[in-house]
Amino acid sequence: MSTYNFDYLDELEAEAIHILREVAGQFEKPALLFSGGKDSITLVRLAEKAFRPGKFPFPLVHIDTGHNFQETIDYRDKMIERIGERLIVGSVQESIDQGKVVEQTGKNASRNALQTVTLLDTIAKYQFDACIGGARRDEEKARAKERIFSVRDEFGQWDPKRQRPELWNIYNGKIHKGENVRVFPISNWTELDVWNYIRRENIELPSIYFAHEREVITRNGQLMAASPFLNMDDEDIVFRKQVRFRTVGDMSCTAAVESEAVLIDDIISEISSSKISERGARMDDKVSEAAMEDRKKGGYF
Amino acid sequence: MNILKFFTAGSVDDGKSTLIGRLLYDTDSILADQLEALQSSNRKNDDGTIDLAILTDGLRAEREQGITIDVAYKYFQTDKRKFIIADTPGHIQYTRNMVTGASTANLAIILIDARNGVVEQTIRHSYLVSLLGIKHIVVCINKMDMVDYSEAVYQSIIDKYKVLAQQLKLKDVNYIPVSALKGDNIVQNSDRMEWYDGESLLHFLEKVDTDNLDKSQLARMPVQWVIRPQTDELHDYRGYAGRVLSGTFNLNDKVTILPSGASSTIERIEFFDQAPDAAHAGQSVTIHLKDDVDISRGDTIVNATALPQESKLIEADLCWMDGRALDTSIMYLIQHNSKVTKCKISEILHKVDINTLEKHAADEFKLNDIGRVIVKTADALAFDLYDDNRANGSAILIDSRTNLTVGALMFRAAVE
Ligand SMILES: Nc1nc2c(ncn2[C@@H]2O[C@H](COP(=O)(O)OP(=O)(O)OP(=O)(O)O)[C@@H](O)[C@H]2O)c(=O)[nH]1
Ligand SMILES: [Mg+2]
Repeated sequence: MSTYNFDYLDELEAEAIHILREVAGQFEKPALLFSGGKDSITLVRLAEKAFRPGKFPFPLVHIDTGHNFQETIDYRDKMIERIGERLIVGSVQESIDQGKVVEQTGKNASRNALQTVTLLDTIAKYQFDACIGGARRDEEKARAKERIFSVRDEFGQWDPKRQRPELWNIYNGKIHKGENVRVFPISNWTELDVWNYIRRENIELPSIYFAHEREVITRNGQLMAASPFLNMDDEDIVFRKQVRFRTVGDMSCTAAVESEAVLIDDIISEISSSKISERGARMDDKVSEAAMEDRKKGGYF
Repeated sequence: MNILKFFTAGSVDDGKSTLIGRLLYDTDSILADQLEALQSSNRKNDDGTIDLAILTDGLRAEREQGITIDVAYKYFQTDKRKFIIADTPGHIQYTRNMVTGASTANLAIILIDARNGVVEQTIRHSYLVSLLGIKHIVVCINKMDMVDYSEAVYQSIIDKYKVLAQQLKLKDVNYIPVSALKGDNIVQNSDRMEWYDGESLLHFLEKVDTDNLDKSQLARMPVQWVIRPQTDELHDYRGYAGRVLSGTFNLNDKVTILPSGASSTIERIEFFDQAPDAAHAGQSVTIHLKDDVDISRGDTIVNATALPQESKLIEADLCWMDGRALDTSIMYLIQHNSKVTKCKISEILHKVDINTLEKHAADEFKLNDIGRVIVKTADALAFDLYDDNRANGSAILIDSRTNLTVGALMFRAAVE
């Protein structure tokens, strides 16, 4: 028997590529949900490894809340140009203009919850039967329960009590018309695995992941980037701070962390010693103990 | 560093979730904000300490009922190894979720409540562990704190289990007395059980020798996708993309393509921007062949000198996983790697009575039933026996009326 080097990152990578190719083989109209965050950037690299020199058998879909960090949008556009794949943008602003959703008001207003409607509309419009996402099971306790091929009903709902058995590495993607499957190729990766992979593969990231100085305010005990998307009032004191973002979502719900980490090595050692989880920086998860489960039942990513 | 995948099994309330919570807690794998959420939760132990089970019981219904309904996956690492844990439910009603968690694992932790000893679910789960061919087993006799850490109690339970292990032909069975609640012998060796001179659970898990991947000599790669760029400069490019299930493919190896039986030679192996000389079990690669053969998704590329079996009639063990009973008169779909074809269960050979482990004739197969059947497939499958090659010896059954996965199949023989 020959020996070969196959460490844990190789194993996670091979599993993810296998899953992506199953999506290509099993579905008519798949899509890759691209958020501009490190996890979906990792998915793009994995898709390159799965399908090059061919084209991706799916477009990238970005659900644009209109409240993105500009750095994310710049990164997205540059990346699309480099990889030469198709990008579809679903706009939350459009959903608001069409009266399909109503903008939240008040201090903690965010468009995060509104995304679900735009996502479901986009899925319906293009009739996607599978949506690949970058969610990981280590992120959150409801996610820890989800299958790699996760079937959603016509209304996008996840039913955690009726998940299909998922055996060995065999993924059942059979669905009825109107249903669709959310597929999570990096389910078994941890945050640290993603960073180690990004370092190993030399993948470029949006600059906001690295420490930089920016204007922030304190909101509910967390640092938030000062921006026109945040409902600020006289009580909010804006100050400058060296920060970075550990997870990148909407500007109105993603908190920054104080950080000196300007290089990827710094980030990896920072995360290794951190005592706070990545999702600790997401206001959207703090609402209740079952916040993520409830959003998933409603059709969220 | 490599990965060990394991899962916990055992009856309801034997302490599976608590044990995992304890492992995470005592290895310092729980982050401050998660701990905070635990501390503020309403579900507490009687003495007011935090209930570690809610770390994995992530669904609202699970927390409300204090039971596990579906598998939860947890991740942690030590200096020695990375671990992927599947916390599976003990309730018989959720056995299919237990099998889901077990199917990808290479080690099983079977918990037994020291007060109750071996019970029906212990037998059921141990039987499933033997069917699924899990190579390593650790039997944790839990709740030792409730039996005064008594060696006699421990000894009488493991004596009973040893009989069961022998009946089931389980190999590599190890025993550890623990208290998941108090942390005895989980990460640190307990000083409340001086009579036990073995290792703590964590130490055992760190050093147990497991090959994550099947490295048998049977080289097999099911084709998942054909890469055909069809651009001017890559006009003739035809790459067969898939994951090597087992064995190794080398450049210039003679291969056979099944089911057509066509033969060819490996011309080139690609992995993104690399062109390695070999592709090994577990790797996702792209293979190019010297000859222009017709290959599509569902076909399998295999080593020409070690062919798998090919048959339309296969004897297999079946775990039934659907509320609607098996119907031998209708057609199901069978999915074997990337291949899907129609099938029927043409015969039920026997069902296994979980309490006695006896086989008996049956004409009914209901939720959680386990037994031996004959599958008749529309197209022949190219398979290996499950015990020789797990990845190429397993398949799922799909009910095309509901699209649900209704059965797990482990191939035991081709029927002549
Ligand atoms: N005294 C004592 N109690 C324990 C121990 N381990 C678990 N328990 C208690 O047993 C009860 C059930 O524990 P769980 O961890 O939820 O059991 P489980 O095996 O995961 O149950 P299911 O997942 O529903 O099958 C809880 O009240 C635990 O606190 C132990 O070592 N000693
Ligand atoms: Mg449990």
